[in-house]
Amino acid sequence: MKKLSARRRHPLAALVVLLFALAVTGGLYAAFAPADKAQADDTAQSLAIKEGKKLFAVGCASCHGTGGQGSSDGPSLVGVGAAAVDFQVGTGRMPAQQPGAQVPRKRNIYTNAQIDQLAAYVASLGPGPAVPDKAQYSADGADIGKGGELFRTNCAQCHNFTGKGGALTNGKYAPTLEGVNPKHIYEAMETGPQNMPSFGDGTLSKQNKKDIVAYLGAVDSDKSASPGGMELGGLGPVTEGLFGYIFGLGACVAVAIWVAARTTKAKKS
Amino acid sequence: MSNETTATTARRGQAPRGERIADWADGRLGIYSLAKANMRKIFPDHWSFMLGEVALYSFIIIILTGVYLTLFFHPSMAEVTYHGSYVPMHGIKMTQAFESTLHISFDVRGGLLIRQIHHWAALVFLAAMMVHMMRVFFTGAFRKPREVNWLFGFLLFVLGMFTGFTGYSLPDDLLSGTGVRFIEGVILAMPLIGSYLQMFIFGGEFPGHDIIPRFFTIHVLLLPGIMLGLLVAHLILVIYHKHTQFPGAGKTNNNVVGMPLLPVYMAKAGGFFFLVFGVIAVIAAVASINPVWAIGPYRPDQVSTGAQPDWYMGFAEGLVRVMPGWEWNFWGHTINFGVLIPILVFPLVLVAIAVYPFVESWVRGDKREHHILDRPRNVPTRTAFGVAWLVAYFVMLIGGGNDLWATHFHLSINSITWFVRIAFFVGPVLAFIATKRICLGLQRRDKDKVLHGRESGIIKRLPHGEFIEVHEPLNQEQLHFLTQHEQPEPVELGPEVDENGVRRKLKRSQKLRAKLSKGYYGEDNVIPKPTVEEYKEITSGHGHH
Repeated sequence: MKKLSARRRHPLAALVVLLFALAVTGGLYAAFAPADKAQADDTAQSLAIKEGKKLFAVGCASCHGTGGQGSSDGPSLVGVGAAAVDFQVGTGRMPAQQPGAQVPRKRNIYTNAQIDQLAAYVASLGPGPAVPDKAQYSADGADIGKGGELFRTNCAQCHNFTGKGGALTNGKYAPTLEGVNPKHIYEAMETGPQNMPSFGDGTLSKQNKKDIVAYLGAVDSDKSASPGGMELGGLGPVTEGLFGYIFGLGACVAVAIWVAARTTKAKKS
Repeated sequence: MSNETTATTARRGQAPRGERIADWADGRLGIYSLAKANMRKIFPDHWSFMLGEVALYSFIIIILTGVYLTLFFHPSMAEVTYHGSYVPMHGIKMTQAFESTLHISFDVRGGLLIRQIHHWAALVFLAAMMVHMMRVFFTGAFRKPREVNWLFGFLLFVLGMFTGFTGYSLPDDLLSGTGVRFIEGVILAMPLIGSYLQMFIFGGEFPGHDIIPRFFTIHVLLLPGIMLGLLVAHLILVIYHKHTQFPGAGKTNNNVVGMPLLPVYMAKAGGFFFLVFGVIAVIAAVASINPVWAIGPYRPDQVSTGAQPDWYMGFAEGLVRVMPGWEWNFWGHTINFGVLIPILVFPLVLVAIAVYPFVESWVRGDKREHHILDRPRNVPTRTAFGVAWLVAYFVMLIGGGNDLWATHFHLSINSITWFVRIAFFVGPVLAFIATKRICLGLQRRDKDKVLHGRESGIIKRLPHGEFIEVHEPLNQEQLHFLTQHEQPEPVELGPEVDENGVRRKLKRSQKLRAKLSKGYYGEDNVIPKPTVEEYKEITSGHGHH
């Protein structure tokens, strides 16, 4: 160390330190900066964003503004994330057909690739929840019973016991969850579309969301069994009462008419 | 038995077994005179007379299936964790009541079918009682001597509502628990006594551990016991009064035209019981009702949308749903009109229909017995009142299901609520006026038919070129049917002054009565039926008109 210390006043010492510092900085950068492969992805990403921006200009900009900043007709999309776009466009809600109390679900007119491009563009406007991957919403490793309990605590007050939907104020409504893609249910919880509150990971953990999606898959999909027979919409006593009146009492009255019409006749009239 | 009979029996050997059994029973129960008086009891034939039978049979079905359910049901609110065969409920904490309901549904042989038969039969029972009551109302079958039986029937309907409600609450599922919470709110809304009554009924704070066992006792013992007694009394009175009949040839106020109880009606009624049982069993086999496994166990911190009671309580639900949430706060006390007014209106609406027979007989000054039924059109005011009552009832049913009307017809729930608020007051008035006009129109048509005959659709050209439609005269039976009804004069107040020229003092009730009576029989409220002279004059003339 003495040698080094003795030469610290050398005229070239500053140059050596500078070169060393540059080398360390460069080396650290090389070590921690995104690899070449990531750089290649980045170009694909930027391409997707570019394409998404074009689609956005055609389908979305008239309400959400040319830069997604929002207008009097639609909210700002800065920070809503890719999951929101995947939900809204994937379920056909967006682009909206007309303004109203609530935008209904309808046929989706975009391809999956186009939805991804739109999502990439909107995600580039500000950070937000990403589209969940399959492992997050698949039923593997989910607790269905727990999911049911969570559903009844957090969701049933608007969506009904088994997700058949219900009314909200002034023409708004909680839609039925029957036949909804598990990915979209997951995204809806994450992003809180339209009148729905969002259930971020702090409110309902990732596992909680997975449980809820699995519960709905068990009780409210076309595969779920109805041990009692026809479900009658799963809407509870109103439809049951209507069915009881029309088919229960109706059939009894029909039978009564039949029985009363068949009688022994004392004499031919 | 006299010696002589014994001697006869001994001479001919033993009597047939059936006779011996009947003899044995008669000696101890006195059934001979009972059977003699009732076996040939005549019942008239009409499908609408069988609505009460539908109610009776569904009640029997409910008792039979209910007994089976009590064998497996545990009316306890002790907490257990579910580990049964329904996977989506695994690991969920619930009361024993709910667990045993799941057990009945999934693990007891035939349990789910019996549960569903029990519940569907309950809905049909109440519906049949209501429709039966309406048949009795619109045909005037509640008139003397049947007013008391009308009240028995009404009580059966009201008790049926509460039996149904307590039964609906027993599984302790999220839906029915919400209903029990609703009842707690209703009790709390009663001024002064509310909090004390709530503590007494629930044995502490809601939900406590007492309400399900208490409801169980009320549901399987108290209310069905009273209902069974009323039912027997209702049937005894039907036999005692004899059945009413629709007007027609040969039918008078002093006879009953129909078939005897034995053997015809025994066979018909017995067969009809099995048909009703079959209909309800088929419905229970194909259509789910109250799927508690999907609804989940009750927890006071959870609630679902679309939480409605069974249909017979929907009327009360509607009243509470559409009532504005007004309340007064003073000196630390709250009067909650949002709930209090509906629970006052609820019994009033029911009582309005219950006391109607007494009001009508007072207004009409009618103390005679009536065994011939009215055609609804011939008593326009009564018919209009009944329709108005039904409109009020069904408007409130819409209010009770306002959320489902909103989602299924793409309407705003707020608009529906406002519609119901207005329609509850305006609807019955409009219905009253419209029904009355329709009844009078039908009376005019009847008169026209009597005087001019039935339009035959045959067009005839007369020699001078005129076209006429040929009217076929009615036969004697049809003429009788259209003109047999009475058209009494309205109750008169009498002259304003007495024989000394002094103004008579009239009680306010007398004036009211005269006014209401005019509403029944006044000039504008009845179409005078054709007289014999009118009929003769027209029919003896040109033969057409």
